[in-house]
Amino acid sequence: MIKLIGILIIVVGFVLKLDTIAVVVGAGLITGLVSGMSWNDIVTILGKAFVENRYMTIFIISLPAIGLLERYGLRERASYLISRIRSATAGRITSLYLVIRTVSAVFSVRLGGHVQFIRPLILPMSMGAAENRYGKLEPKDEEKIKGLNAAVDNYANFFGQNGFVAAGGVLLIVGVLKELKIPVEAIDIATASLPMAGIILIVGTAQFLLNDRRLAKKYQIKPNTNKE
Amino acid sequence: MLKNTLTEILYVLVGLVCLYSTVKIVRSKDHPSKWPSALFWFILFIVFTFSRVGMIWGDAKVKISDTVVGYLVIVLAVLSALKLVKIGKFSESTLEFKKESAMKIGNKIFIPALSLGIVAFIVAQVWAKQLGTLIALGAAALVAAILALAFTRGKVSDMVEDGSRLLEMIGPVSILPQVLAALGSVFAAAGVGKLIASGMSHVIPQGNILAGVVVYCAGMALFTMIMGNAFAAFAVITAGIGVPFVIAQGGNPVIVSALGLTAGYCGTLMTPMAANFNIVPTAILEIEDKRWGVIKNQVPVALVMLALHMVLMYLWAF
Repeated sequence: MIKLIGILIIVVGFVLKLDTIAVVVGAGLITGLVSGMSWNDIVTILGKAFVENRYMTIFIISLPAIGLLERYGLRERASYLISRIRSATAGRITSLYLVIRTVSAVFSVRLGGHVQFIRPLILPMSMGAAENRYGKLEPKDEEKIKGLNAAVDNYANFFGQNGFVAAGGVLLIVGVLKELKIPVEAIDIATASLPMAGIILIVGTAQFLLNDRRLAKKYQIKPNTNKE
Repeated sequence: MLKNTLTEILYVLVGLVCLYSTVKIVRSKDHPSKWPSALFWFILFIVFTFSRVGMIWGDAKVKISDTVVGYLVIVLAVLSALKLVKIGKFSESTLEFKKESAMKIGNKIFIPALSLGIVAFIVAQVWAKQLGTLIALGAAALVAAILALAFTRGKVSDMVEDGSRLLEMIGPVSILPQVLAALGSVFAAAGVGKLIASGMSHVIPQGNILAGVVVYCAGMALFTMIMGNAFAAFAVITAGIGVPFVIAQGGNPVIVSALGLTAGYCGTLMTPMAANFNIVPTAILEIEDKRWGVIKNQVPVALVMLALHMVLMYLWAF
C-alpha cells in the first residue's frame, strides 16, 4: 500500500497549489524509494523516460513560424476575416472546427493542435466573432471561450484518432489483447471506435452552442456597459 | 536509419531554440532572474541536443547517460520549485503594426499557417513508413517557417526571437509532459498499476455484467487520471478487470476493448496529469487559471461521454 504514496503526494501537491514539476519529480523519487528501488536506479529511470519522451515537446519546433506570423498580424487577420461573416459565433466556429478536426483525425490527418491551429487561427476567430456580437467581453467570458477552444482540440483528437486503422491506440489494443491470448483485427477495433467519434460531435457541439446561448442572454440583458 | 537521424536533428533544432533563449537571457541587462532562468534553458538545450546525439550518425553509444539526465531533471525541478525561471523582455510588434500589416499582407498570411498542417499531412502520407509522424511535423515546421519569411518579408532574427518569446512564455510547463511520463515509468517499475488493478477487482461482484462494465469503464478513466496516460492504464486495467469481468462474461472483445480505451480518454480530459493536453494549452492560449482553466470545461463533457461509454458497451458488446 505504501507504494501509493506517490499518488497521495500528487493530489496533496495539486490541492495546495505547489509547483507542479517539483511535486511530480518528488512523487517519483519517493515512490521509487519506498518501493525499495535504489536511488541510482530511480534517477536513471527518470532520465531515460525524460529523454525518450522528448517527442512530447516537439511542438517547440513550430513556435518560430507561428511567432513571426503573429508579429505580422496573423491573429488580427483571422479575427478581421471572421468579423465579416455575420452569422459567425464563437460556438459555431468551435463546433465547425470540432467536425473538421474529428473527421480528419479519423483519416489520420493531423490538422490540429493547440500551437498550430487553436492559438493562431481558431481562438482569434472565436474571440473576433464574440466581440463582434457582444462588444468587449468580461474577462470571465474570455476565459470561458479560451477554455472551450483548448477543449475542442482534445475532444476531436481523443475520440477521432482511433477511427484510423493504424492509430497508436488501435495498435496498442491489438498488442495488449494479443498478449492476453485474444486475437482481434485492427480494422475491427477502428470500426468499433467510430460511434464515439460521432457521439463527441454531438456532445461537444451541444456544449459550445449552450455557451453561445449563455453569452447572448447575458450581453443582451446588460448591453455594452463595459464599452467606453 | 534515416528516420532516427532526422528525428535526432529535430531535437537538435528544438535545443537550438532553447539555446537562443539562454544566450538572450545571459546578455540581457535587466532580467528579473537572470542566471537561474538561463541555467534552466541551457539544461534543456543540453538534454535536447546532446542526450542521444550519436543517433545522428548512427552510433547509439555517443550519448549522455540516463543517470546524468536524471540529475539534470532534478535540477530543473528545483529551479521550477523555487520559482526562479522568469520571462524577460522581448521586442514585440505593436497592435497598430499588426493590424496594418494584416491588411497589407491580406489572406496570404494564412498560407504559411495552414501549411503546418497540410505539409505534415502530405509528408506523413507519402513517407509514413520510412519517416513517421514526428518528421512530418518537423518538415512542416520548416516549410512553414520559410513560407512565413517569404510572405511577411520578416527577418530571420525576428523569427528566432519570436520563437523563444513563445517558448519562455510557456515556460517550465513546457517540460511537464516529459516529467509526467518519467513519473509514469517510476510508477510502472514500482508496480503501482498492478496494485490498483488487484484492489479494484476485489470490489466487483462475480457474474454481474453491468457491474463489470461500469467498473471497467470507470477504472479506465480513474487510472488514466492517476497515470495521466490512457495507454499505460489500458494494459493494466484490461488485464486486471476488462478480461476477467467483462470479456469472460461474454462481451465482444473488439467492442469492449475499443470502448475501454476511449473510456480512458474521458479520464484524460479530467486530469492535470495529462499536462500536454490540459496544462500546456493554458500557457499557449494565455488562460489565467493555469491548473483548471481547461479541465473545468472538459469535466461535464467527459462525464457524459463516460456514461455513454458504459451504456454503449453494455448494450452493444453483449
